[in-house]
Amino acid sequence: MELWYSEQHTPNVRFSVKVNRTLYTAHSGIQQIDVFDSREFGRFLTLDGLMMLTEKDEFIYHEMIVHVPMAVKQDAKTVLVIGAGDGGTVRELARYPGIERIDMVEIDREVVDVCREFLPGTASGLDDPRLNIFYEDGLRFVRDKVDMYDVILVDSTDPFGPGEGLFTREFYGNCHKALKADGVLVNQHESPYYDYYADSMRRAHIRIREFFPVCKVYQAHIPTYPSGHWLFGFASKVLDPVDSVDTAAWNLLGITTRYYNTDLHKGCFALPTYVYDVLDGGRDGQ
Amino acid sequence: MNENLQRRAPIYEALIRTKRDRVVSFDVPGHKQGRGNPDLTDFLGTQCLSVDLNSRKPLDNLIHPVSVIHKAEEIAAEAFGAADSFFMVNGTTGAVQAMIFSVCKSGEKIILPRNVHRSAINALILSGAEPVYVNPGVDKRLGIPLGMDPDDVARAIAENPDAKAILVNNPTYYGICSDIRKITGLAHDAGMYLLADEAHGTHFYFGDGLPESAMSAGADMAAVSMHKTGGSLTQSSILLTGANMNSGHVRKIINLTQTTSASYLLMSSLDLSRRNLALNGKGIFAKVVEMADYARAEIDKIGGYYCYSHDLANGRSIFEYDKTKLSIYTLDIGLAGKEVHDILRDRYDIQLELGDLANILAILSVGDRVFEIERLVSALSEIKRLHSRDRAGMIDHEYIEPIVDVKPKAAFYADKINMLLRDAAGMISAEFVMAYPPGIPILAPGERITGEIIEYIEYSREKGCILTGTEDMNVERINVVEV
Ligand SMILES: Cc1ncc(COP(=O)(O)O)c(C=O)c1O
Repeated sequence: MELWYSEQHTPNVRFSVKVNRTLYTAHSGIQQIDVFDSREFGRFLTLDGLMMLTEKDEFIYHEMIVHVPMAVKQDAKTVLVIGAGDGGTVRELARYPGIERIDMVEIDREVVDVCREFLPGTASGLDDPRLNIFYEDGLRFVRDKVDMYDVILVDSTDPFGPGEGLFTREFYGNCHKALKADGVLVNQHESPYYDYYADSMRRAHIRIREFFPVCKVYQAHIPTYPSGHWLFGFASKVLDPVDSVDTAAWNLLGITTRYYNTDLHKGCFALPTYVYDVLDGGRDGQ
Repeated sequence: MNENLQRRAPIYEALIRTKRDRVVSFDVPGHKQGRGNPDLTDFLGTQCLSVDLNSRKPLDNLIHPVSVIHKAEEIAAEAFGAADSFFMVNGTTGAVQAMIFSVCKSGEKIILPRNVHRSAINALILSGAEPVYVNPGVDKRLGIPLGMDPDDVARAIAENPDAKAILVNNPTYYGICSDIRKITGLAHDAGMYLLADEAHGTHFYFGDGLPESAMSAGADMAAVSMHKTGGSLTQSSILLTGANMNSGHVRKIINLTQTTSASYLLMSSLDLSRRNLALNGKGIFAKVVEMADYARAEIDKIGGYYCYSHDLANGRSIFEYDKTKLSIYTLDIGLAGKEVHDILRDRYDIQLELGDLANILAILSVGDRVFEIERLVSALSEIKRLHSRDRAGMIDHEYIEPIVDVKPKAAFYADKINMLLRDAAGMISAEFVMAYPPGIPILAPGERITGEIIEYIEYSREKGCILTGTEDMNVERINVVEV
């Protein structure tokens, strides 16, 4: 018998991974959580039937959501992470000795518990002593925070489901308020390729642009996400991600990475023409 | 309540049987289970179109129910603690009109608060009944109309002992309840019927700790909008009657205006919502109240907004407050309710039930989740941060006592002169003027137009309320009674 995990990337496109066995399956009350074991990608976590991470390619996502903003804001002391229950983002952040405090807000405690049990490679980050975990809605958490964080990372699920509130104007406005004057906001920005995702990407982008004078998009190749082509949004009140990065200083930190490097840092902000068009189309499109 | 009975849903069950039997239809509707309208079927779904059927023996007939509709109405009556119930497919508008037509003939009086829904005054135009308005009073700070003080009702009864009925909003659009038990007693002592507009009160019948429902207070009839807070489809509604009413007479009255092609989509939605509420209502509405209380606490933390709730109660014009309603006073951040309502809609993709001059109202009901509450609260926090301004320059409004010079029906059908509204002070209106929201008449046919009223209409217009009611779509001209 063969067991396959299939995810519908569009109504007409499916992505399938051959599964050795199911390690965990339960509904948390907030979402459906599953962990599978596979030959190709190792263990992988899905939420509501959508791929969140695999052991094999999670380094790409986590390095890119963390090191790009951290290279720009190397003196960051306080970091807020929203979502990220798997611990991968915190694991990468923990490699910066200058960080004094990491607040992580995860709506679903069960995601954290399940990852601790089945995905120790990412969950290892969750034991850092600088980390405070808050189990609540991210939107609620930022509401009353003012001028507190150097970096905010929004490591959310897609904008359909529990993560929906993290793609809204009210959320970006609240993040703006919670960030310090030279703070940086990075959010996972969906994919530009399939219409469904491109549309939410464009909406998110327009909304962020309203609050932040600097608003750039960068890309990464993540094989297990729809189309494999994934974007991140970089937003800041003052810092330009490419002009203001001190690559020499970052390299002196001696952080070893497998995907990110300082050449890629500059290159990843160069986007395909059609992606610029989708993002710009947003300017009058809404 | 008999739980086994409440588990049944006779109309729904009959539709399932009809589908299963694969009955061939040579009757209406002509789309024939959706085949004749592929785009619509694609849009609404095959399941939906396949049960959009016409009356036939196994499905009973709303005009003269003897089997499954009759049974469903009986079970609903039990669930609501009524003697009889009538499924309505023309909204609560149909139910309100049926109540008034059932007890008031032409020329007879009905005592009612001014802040009734237009459907009640329309019923007076159709029937020729005469309104005796009770001033519901207004909360000075919030600018909202309240409930009826029993003393004012007693006075109206004493002055109009020939009135046939009293109509009570239970609750008002804003969630305010009068002392319906006491007013029912006053009505019955005077030999009058007690009618309740419970368009916003469905949940009173099922939740714990909510204001008293009309049927439990001994009312004679109640119009209950299942579609508003009960979860049925838009336009479906239920009329309830107490033991003193002749159900055959009420059915005859309903049939004067109700369609002969009642929608089974609407009726099955009433059947299934009643089942859901009867079986799960307590838990559902406990959660709704908890969410509303949570939202109030979170909004209070933002500061600047005032979420009112049961703290308003004064034992008279505000006997109780419906805690499931999330009403928020916005003038202290310098924004009219309507402005906050529009910013929420246009910039935050959040649709509220209403925004008036000083308040916004969010309705929480069977379908709400805390995720959306968080969005609303965060958006309000942002609106305060980004849009608040000085309160100066905003005027509060007062309840305006109507002066009824001519009966509504007579004014509606009178010879008329069309003139500019701003020149119409002193004339008698032949039309309605309403500000949406909240859809309460500023002027009704037969009432005197005053300078104060004209000023209030212009103020509502300036604040972005939608004005309706006159033949002139812009509500700049008005028909007045020729004298
Ligand atoms: C107090 C009141 N009564 C009656 C109605 C009429 O209900 P429907 O729209 O279902 O006809 C409404 C509807 O808005 C209402 O608010």
